[in-house]
Amino acid sequence: MNLHTVIDAALSQALGPQAIVFALAAIGLNVHFGYTGLLNFGQAGFMAVAGFGLAASVVTFDLPFLVGIVIGLLASVLLAFVLGAPTLKLRADYLAIVTIAAAEIIRLILGAVETKSWFGGSNGLTGFVKPFRDMNPYSGGLDIGIASWGRNDLWSMTVGWVLVALSCLLVWALMRSPWGRVLRSIREDEDAVRSLGKNVFAYKMQSLVLGGVFGGIAGLFHVLKQGSAVPTDFNTTFTFFAYAALLIGGAARVLGPVVGSMLFWFLISGLGSVFSQLTSGSDPIMPTWLMTDTQASLVRYIVLGLGLMLLMIFRPQGIFGDRREIAIDAR
Amino acid sequence: MPADTSTAREALQSVPNDPGAPKPDAIVTGSNITRTFGGLKAVDVDHIEIQRGVITALIGPNGAGKTTLFNLLTGFDQPDTGDWSFNDRPLAKVPAYKVARAGMVRTFQLTKVLAKLTVIENMRLGATGQRGEKFWSAPFRALWGGQEDEVTARADDLLARFKLDAKREDFAGSLSGGQRKLLEMARALMVDPELIMLDEPMAGVNPALKQSLLGHVKSLRDEGRSVLFVEHDMDMVRDISDWVIVMAQGQIVAEGTPESVMADQRVIDAYLGAHHDTDLSDLDEEQIEAAAEAELEAEAEEASS
Repeated sequence: MNLHTVIDAALSQALGPQAIVFALAAIGLNVHFGYTGLLNFGQAGFMAVAGFGLAASVVTFDLPFLVGIVIGLLASVLLAFVLGAPTLKLRADYLAIVTIAAAEIIRLILGAVETKSWFGGSNGLTGFVKPFRDMNPYSGGLDIGIASWGRNDLWSMTVGWVLVALSCLLVWALMRSPWGRVLRSIREDEDAVRSLGKNVFAYKMQSLVLGGVFGGIAGLFHVLKQGSAVPTDFNTTFTFFAYAALLIGGAARVLGPVVGSMLFWFLISGLGSVFSQLTSGSDPIMPTWLMTDTQASLVRYIVLGLGLMLLMIFRPQGIFGDRREIAIDAR
Repeated sequence: MPADTSTAREALQSVPNDPGAPKPDAIVTGSNITRTFGGLKAVDVDHIEIQRGVITALIGPNGAGKTTLFNLLTGFDQPDTGDWSFNDRPLAKVPAYKVARAGMVRTFQLTKVLAKLTVIENMRLGATGQRGEKFWSAPFRALWGGQEDEVTARADDLLARFKLDAKREDFAGSLSGGQRKLLEMARALMVDPELIMLDEPMAGVNPALKQSLLGHVKSLRDEGRSVLFVEHDMDMVRDISDWVIVMAQGQIVAEGTPESVMADQRVIDAYLGAHHDTDLSDLDEEQIEAAAEAELEAEAEEASS
C-alpha cells in the first residue's frame, strides 16, 4: 500500500476547498446550535439560495458579478426571516422540522423542470464564475510534496481560508460580548432570559440570520470553487455532514467547526484512499468476499460513523469542547 | 418608592380584611383576571391590589392558581380576560420581557439558573440596557467594556451580599438547590426591579439557608422594593409578610395581616388545618390516636346508618 498516496489524498482534501465549504457551513451551524440552541437542519437550503442567487443573477438575469454576490447573501437573510418568523416563538423542534422541509423544497424547486429557464433544471447553472477566476493571481498550482492543488483550487483556497478566518474572528468577537452571553443563556433556558427583560425572539432571529449568512457564504464559495451551481449538491446529507464536522470539532467553540471540517475530510478522503488501494488491482489485499472495490467508497462512511459513535461516547464535547460544560446537565 | 417603608406598612393597618380590598398605595392593580385550562378555571380574580413597599404573601392550597396568577401578571401566560396595571401602566397582553423591563421581575418555582454559564455570567446577564447586547456594537469591546466593568462590580457586590462570592467562577449547574435560589434572587436584583415576585423561594432549601433567605427578602423591602411571594412555608409567611392574600380554586378568598388571616376560620378550613400552628412533635401521641379513633368510629357509624 502506498502511504504517500493516502496522505496526499487526505491532506489535499483537509486543506482543500471542500473542507472550507464545510467549515463555513459549520460555523453557521455553530452559531445556531452550538451557541443559541437552535436546531437548523436546513443549512443546505441557506447555501442553495445564496449559490443560486449568485448563479441566476449572473447567468439568467445578466447582472454584474458583485451584484450577484449581494443578491445571494440577501437571499440567505430573507430565508432566515421567512423560516424564523413563524417558528422561533415555538419550541425548538419546530424550527428543525421547518428548516429540513424548507431545504428540501428549495432544492426541488431549483431542480424542477418548470423553473428550468431560471435555474437550469437538474443540470444547474454554469458560466458565472469567470470574474472570480479572472482575479486569480497565481500562475500555477502548488505541490508541497505531501499534498498538491491545481491553480484554480489554490485561488479558491486563498479566498476560502481568508473567509474562514474572518468568520471565526467575527464569531469570537460576538460570542465574548454581552450579546453572545444572551445567546448562550437562551440555549440554557429561554424563560429565564425573558424574565430578565431580554427580547428572546429578537435574539433568536439575529442568531438565525447570522448563522444563515455564514451558510450563504458557504453556498457562494461552493458554487465558485466548483464553477457550477447544481441542485443535488445541496441535499440534506450535506447539512448532516456539516453537523458531524461541528460535533467532531466541538460545538460552542470558535475553532471547533473549522478543525472538525478539516478532520472530517482528512478521514473521509484518507479512508477512501486506504480502502480503494486495499481493494484495487487483480489481486487485492482485501479478500473480495469481505469488500469489493465498488464497496470501498461506501465502507469509509460506515467506519466514520463508527468513529463518530465512539467520539460521542468517550468525548461527547468534541475535540475542543469543555468537559465541564457537558458534564453538568441540570435538565 | 417611599423612603420609609414603615409608613407603607402602617397604612395597611387601616385596610379592611376583605378579598380584593383597595390599598392606600397600590403598585399592582388588577381586575376581572381569568384563565381557563380546558374546563378548569385556574384563575378567576375579581380584583387584586398589591401595596407598594411591603412584603405580600400569596398562599393557598396546591392548584389554587397562585403560580398561574404569577405567570399572567408577568406575561408568561395569556389571560382569557382581565386588565392589570403596574405603576399605573397597563400590562395586560404585554410580553414578558417588557414586563421585566417595566420593573416587575419574577423568579421561578423550579429554579432557572443557566447551568452552563458561570455564576458571574448569570449575574451579568441580569443587567438591563447593556450596549454590548446590541448586535452591531457587540464585536467592539471599546463600545461596551466600560459598562461591562460597572455591571461586574454591581454583580460582585450582590454576590457578596448573598454569600455566593466564593462560587463566582463556578458553573451555575454545580450549585446546590438552595444556592440556586439565592443566585436566582440575586440575578433578579441585577434588573433593579421595583417589584420582585418570588415563586416559592423556600422550597427545597435547608433550614440554615432559610434563615438567611428570610433576611434577604426582608432586606429587599428595607431598601424600598415591593415583594410578592408564593409560599407554603407558614413560618416564613408569619415571620416576614406584612400582608397575606389567600387563594383557593382560582379566587381570592381572604386577605389581611398575617395574624388576622391565620385566625380566619375559612382559611383554616380551606388550607391551614386546625393544628397549623402546633408542632407535630408537640402533640401528645395519645391525643392524636384518640382523635383518629374517634374519626374512624364516626365513619363506621355513618356507614351503618
